[in-house]
Amino acid sequence: MTRPLLSVRNMTKRFGGLVAVDNVSWDVNPGEVVGLLGDNGAGKSTLIKCISGVYHAEEGEIFFAGERVRLAHPIDARRIGIETIYQDLALANNLDVGANIFLGREVKKRYLGGLIQTLDNKAMLRESRQTLDALKIQFPTLTQPIETLSGGQRQAVAIARAVYWDAKLMIMDEPTNNLGVPEQKKVLELIRRLRDQGVPVILITHILPDVFAATDRLIVMHRGRKVAEKVTAETNTEELVQYMVGARDDANAGVDAPPG
Amino acid sequence: MTDRGSRIALPARAPASARRTPVQRFALLLSRTWAWLFLALMVLFFVASVPLASGGAVNFLTIRNSQNILVAIIPVLLLGLGQTFVIIAAGIDLSVGWVMSLGSVLSALALRWAFNGGAPLFPAVLIGLIAGVGGAAAVGFINGAIIAKLKVPAFIVTLGTSFIVRGVAYLMSENTTVIGLPADIRAYGNDALFYYIHGEGGGLYFLHRPEVSGDLLRRMDTILPYPVLAAACVVAYAMFLLGKTQFGRHTYAIGGSMEAAVRTGIPVDRHIIKLYVLSASSAGIAGFLSTLRFTAGSAVIGDPLLLSSIAAVIIGGVSLFGGAGTVIGTVIGALIIAVLTTGLVMLNVEAFWQFIVVGTVVIVAVLIDQSRDLITGGDRGGPAA
Repeated sequence: MTRPLLSVRNMTKRFGGLVAVDNVSWDVNPGEVVGLLGDNGAGKSTLIKCISGVYHAEEGEIFFAGERVRLAHPIDARRIGIETIYQDLALANNLDVGANIFLGREVKKRYLGGLIQTLDNKAMLRESRQTLDALKIQFPTLTQPIETLSGGQRQAVAIARAVYWDAKLMIMDEPTNNLGVPEQKKVLELIRRLRDQGVPVILITHILPDVFAATDRLIVMHRGRKVAEKVTAETNTEELVQYMVGARDDANAGVDAPPG
Repeated sequence: MTDRGSRIALPARAPASARRTPVQRFALLLSRTWAWLFLALMVLFFVASVPLASGGAVNFLTIRNSQNILVAIIPVLLLGLGQTFVIIAAGIDLSVGWVMSLGSVLSALALRWAFNGGAPLFPAVLIGLIAGVGGAAAVGFINGAIIAKLKVPAFIVTLGTSFIVRGVAYLMSENTTVIGLPADIRAYGNDALFYYIHGEGGGLYFLHRPEVSGDLLRRMDTILPYPVLAAACVVAYAMFLLGKTQFGRHTYAIGGSMEAAVRTGIPVDRHIIKLYVLSASSAGIAGFLSTLRFTAGSAVIGDPLLLSSIAAVIIGGVSLFGGAGTVIGTVIGALIIAVLTTGLVMLNVEAFWQFIVVGTVVIVAVLIDQSRDLITGGDRGGPAA
């Protein structure tokens, strides 16, 4: 078995008396898309926020690339290559594609020994184009404000930004929400392409067709607990629904192999 | 060769520019360039109507009048420049009027103190500049810190400091004009790069004010007074800062999406503080220049200019929702206001009409700005998006 890129061990997160995540263990391996399923309030968002450094879990350990990591802040997670794309995408709609990909990390030209620094828009545009090309994403224009782009295109910009900044694991929160059907397909295609380029993806969703279209493996959560872990090809909609509503529960739904 | 067939060509939601009709494209072009066109048309109108109204005695587009307009817009422009940055970042600075007053009073007091203490003229002027701009910047820092760190809305914070600064400016000036400044500073505030005496016995003078009187003095025009050059430098710097640097990019980003700016690691709090320091500093420069121009410090000089400066910014196309606008737009906005008021005066229209016309232009400007969305069908990241 390959060594998992991300390994979560016995994670528990409480909010007061509520146990939002209850002793959950799971792995994400290189080159796979893992679906994280569950109804609203199942704990999937909380689990993800613990991995992306937004929340700190009281119990449990996170291993990334074989090493134990402590994620006190979202920046800690991003620094080691865990990129989370939330539904609002964190894009500035008034800026163009290049500006968004390099937002906060702009490329600058230096004059007079760094005394005067200007934006190197050409370099940023060139790098953006390369990244988009590598992901086989095509835009009519890269120099218009992205408010003129569709939801799917903006999603692609957010993904390209994460890829450019060397994401090693991509977490995507309901990426097909608010998209038209053709665009949903494109985004799912992009997710599979990311996987093929070696970036594993955690896909948070409660839309079952998305799960079957894009994931290799999946985890189902119910009331904070992991109730199932399945290979996507070996399950079906009916079974998943039963897990999601709590009608089925693999009591020993653990991960077989420890990390390393 | 790239294989275009296998690419993900995501369909655009808004109609691509290629699919716009010629009428739409024309309307879009018009909505983007209307301020320039309006300025040009207005100048043409006054060029035609002013001689008519005066029976040919007065012309609108003379050297003297153009220089008067340039001098007149300086304070409105300087207040508007800082405001441009602040509003693009979805903020507002209501304190700039009184901060300009404070800058004027402080620079006058410091200049007088230094000069009376034995400092030569130029260092004394420099001390005045540092005191005026420094005092203003301090107010900007307080504005920015409260807005960024304590999360109080900019409108309220700057409204509050505006009152406070008003009180301070009156107290420091002891409710009177600060006079007793060295008379020679008049040269800094009024002398010019060129002088031109029309007609017989005249000529062009460079960097040297000809000692003339009577008829020759009446025929003399000052071209590019120093304050205009100073303001031009500030404009150039503002254009560079907003259009070419990371600081400008972050200003747009914060106005476009505060959330995105925070999450991509832009130091948003620090940036907001810098924006209000910038805004107050340019108001401080305006105050300092007015002290040089009038050889006196005044606590009442800035207040009436606040709303004019915001009007200039709005006419220039800066979105009050943040995220959009340019420095050159604000320059055009300030020019439109100055040309309008000067032209109406020369047409002998009663002064109060100026307010009515400027107010109408402000509202029309915003309407034109909004109509762009109707044409393109795009949202602009405002609250409705």
